[in-house]
Amino acid sequence: MKPAQQISRRAFLAASGTAAGGLLVSLYFDRPLHAQQPAQNPRIYPPDAFIEIKSDGKIVIQVNRLEFGQGVQTALPMLLADEMDADWSQVVPELAPAADIYRDPMRGFQMVGGSGSIATSFQQYRELGARTRAMLVAAAAARWTVAPEQCRTEASVVRGPAGQSAKYAELATDAARISVPATVQLKKPADFRLIGKQVRRLDSRAKCDGSLKFGLDLDLPGMKVALVAHPPVFGARPKSVDDTAARSITGVANVFQIPTVSGGTAVAVVADKFWTAKQARDALKVEWDLTAVERPDSAALWATYRQLAGTPGNVAVTRGDRAALDALASGDRIVAEYEFPFLAHSPMEPLNTTVRFDEGRAEVWAGSQFQTVDQAAIAEVLGLKPEQVTFHTEMAGGGFGRRATADSHVQREAAEIAKRVPGTPIKVIWTREDDVQGGYYRPMHAHRVEVGVGRDGLPVAWRHVVVGQSIVAGTIFAGFMIRNGVDATAVEGVADTDYAIPNFHVSVHHPTPNVPVLWWRSVGHTHTAFVMETLIDELAARAKMDPIAYRRRLLNPDAKKLRAALDLMEEKSAPWRAKLARNHATGIACHECFGTAVACAVDVSIENKRPRIHRATVAIDAGLVVNPLSVEAQCQGALVFGLSQLMANGAITLKDGRVEQSNFDRYTPPYIVDAPVAVDVHIVPSTENPTGCGEPPVPVISPAVVNALSKLTGKRYRTLPLVTV
Amino acid sequence: MAPATYELTVNGQKRSVTADPGTPLLWILRDELKLTGTKYGCGIAACGACTVHVGGVATRSCIVPVSLIGDRPIVTIEAIGQDPVGRAIQDAWVSHDVVQCGYCQSGQIMSAVALLKSNRKPTDKDIEQSMGGNICRCGTYVRIREAIKMAGGAQS
Repeated sequence: MKPAQQISRRAFLAASGTAAGGLLVSLYFDRPLHAQQPAQNPRIYPPDAFIEIKSDGKIVIQVNRLEFGQGVQTALPMLLADEMDADWSQVVPELAPAADIYRDPMRGFQMVGGSGSIATSFQQYRELGARTRAMLVAAAAARWTVAPEQCRTEASVVRGPAGQSAKYAELATDAARISVPATVQLKKPADFRLIGKQVRRLDSRAKCDGSLKFGLDLDLPGMKVALVAHPPVFGARPKSVDDTAARSITGVANVFQIPTVSGGTAVAVVADKFWTAKQARDALKVEWDLTAVERPDSAALWATYRQLAGTPGNVAVTRGDRAALDALASGDRIVAEYEFPFLAHSPMEPLNTTVRFDEGRAEVWAGSQFQTVDQAAIAEVLGLKPEQVTFHTEMAGGGFGRRATADSHVQREAAEIAKRVPGTPIKVIWTREDDVQGGYYRPMHAHRVEVGVGRDGLPVAWRHVVVGQSIVAGTIFAGFMIRNGVDATAVEGVADTDYAIPNFHVSVHHPTPNVPVLWWRSVGHTHTAFVMETLIDELAARAKMDPIAYRRRLLNPDAKKLRAALDLMEEKSAPWRAKLARNHATGIACHECFGTAVACAVDVSIENKRPRIHRATVAIDAGLVVNPLSVEAQCQGALVFGLSQLMANGAITLKDGRVEQSNFDRYTPPYIVDAPVAVDVHIVPSTENPTGCGEPPVPVISPAVVNALSKLTGKRYRTLPLVTV
Repeated sequence: MAPATYELTVNGQKRSVTADPGTPLLWILRDELKLTGTKYGCGIAACGACTVHVGGVATRSCIVPVSLIGDRPIVTIEAIGQDPVGRAIQDAWVSHDVVQCGYCQSGQIMSAVALLKSNRKPTDKDIEQSMGGNICRCGTYVRIREAIKMAGGAQS
């Protein structure tokens, strides 16, 4: 920790900037990740880089992750403060800048993703707190010439055996001179003061009175705003640009062309303010050359995808006899074909990044899920070394994966513009139209599943073909996330299903249309869980079995988390399921991903030809829960996010290369009326290591709702979005 | 169009701004007056992030040109806490831990205050009507409902 008199954290960061390199493990193979996780993190993180005890008692804690709603800025300090016995009311979180020391301990670089922040920093932040406490106690013990074991700590105070007491702030300077202990005793769960308690977010008030600054709110002296006219087809270039009218607008500083990461060229407008830049961009007359680029078209893509789905692809999993299905009578076989469109993330805060480029250095402000990746990309554009780029992590208004781009396209764009105007801070803003039309979508997918049903009504054979773009192909993640031509993110949730299905075969095709794609909160599970959970429900109905009992019968005996979640959901929803209103139906679904199991039951009716969700009951097994209030919030919110795919306007489509939607009027996220009226969340008690909760509740809601609708209408819903009920 | 000067009343203070008449109030607040609590979300009045009160009415500031404001007083998120209903809503938001990313919440709160000022005991349907145009991508709607009901109860 740092005493009030500056032992500069920046100096420390500079010194530690080259610490040990790349242990990259799979983001999305949660089980291998857990298998690889050592019992104790081998690295000792120095408290100086994370904790500052100020003379007024404030304890400033560096949060090594982006905060964009998930609550990490409260949860990680809770871990640290609990072990440190810090006075919680004095804790001030800060979003750490880009630096090696702030990388994810398990993933090898600084990031938020894979619902891993608590899972992979649980030990790290607890140890940081415990080490700091040990150093403070040692400092107090030395001052009082007593043994450290004779001292107690509580609420930022060390107390000695003879009634001595010293505040942490009084001990900080002495403690900073004590060497960081190599081993440290962590608390027993019974001694937790914060972990496991309902703790309110630390950023609430500032987000309720307008005082919290997001990246888009940044205001620097001399700053200019840049808007970019992106090619209407990915990768295209202008044939001609007439910027006369744009340049004539008062406040417009410059108009110039910049390269895009997809090989095209865009036109940047730099102006004094947003509205000036917007008017200038609207006034540009650009004729685009679309002859040299592929112009993807949704209708044509679907035709190709459907055809591909009828043929076996690269093998993701093969278990048992592939021909077992063919031996069954046709009456015992089901063929189900599914279609899922492109989806935009559309975080409420539009994408933005501010870059100031000066001779030999640059400064960046961005709400980024991949700080160090983006820092390196900006450095590359500017001809700098990453350590010459100071990267401030800004609070972000949502992200859902959209701020985790391996190609750092927004940051590169900002750097390209800043490079042209050295010394001027440039804030690049993507309008909502840029966001909706700008690509980096959840890829569209087709699934074709053939199921053979045994005499007992359980599936005995399963042949499953998935068609969709690889998210990680061509990125730094490809090396460990693509195996045998299979992008793990396309088949997760099917290939590793917890349902015990013999003769199980999953293969995948990865077409490569000219559309940038990206992980969308819960990634492959957004479509795979929909397929699995609607098909299993259909099989249960066919077997005339209760859908919960059917699932329980089919689940692997060792699917403990899923079973626990299912049991808890069944128990907690039983009272309302037993007295459902007329014309209502219950739908259920369960799914495990990122190491966390979630089960969900919904009470649904049809109003105005749309599903009306009166209630949802969610049960979650995420191991030991750090902040139940936050887990509840994540579950409630994730359901709404998952419902995006059921919205009538919940699809991004392309026609002749151009995206057909441009804003929330035609690509419409759920409003309050589309969300469940009430959501009760129940946490499976657990002492297992924590797993994530940001993504796992997303996949269950759509299949649960559709399973209820099927009961009401007798129809099956296999094409999303849900245009008609 | 040529810039013009407008005398606005913002959060009880007279503010003079010179801008293109077509400039949306949102960008006057954010870029001219540095009141960045009001957010840009869509620019087409489809998400509600930019909601402020103009003459006491919840208004999407992203589509209202500054030239049409006239002498109607503007209240933004930065000053809504000075109003008892505004303060009650903010307190309810904090006690229910409503916010996640928080980006839409200025607009949510401004819509909720307008609702409670006209209806102290809103039903779920009333809430859906008044809050129906505010998007929260984090999906905090359940807690928004609860917080509005609590604040309404505290006020009555």
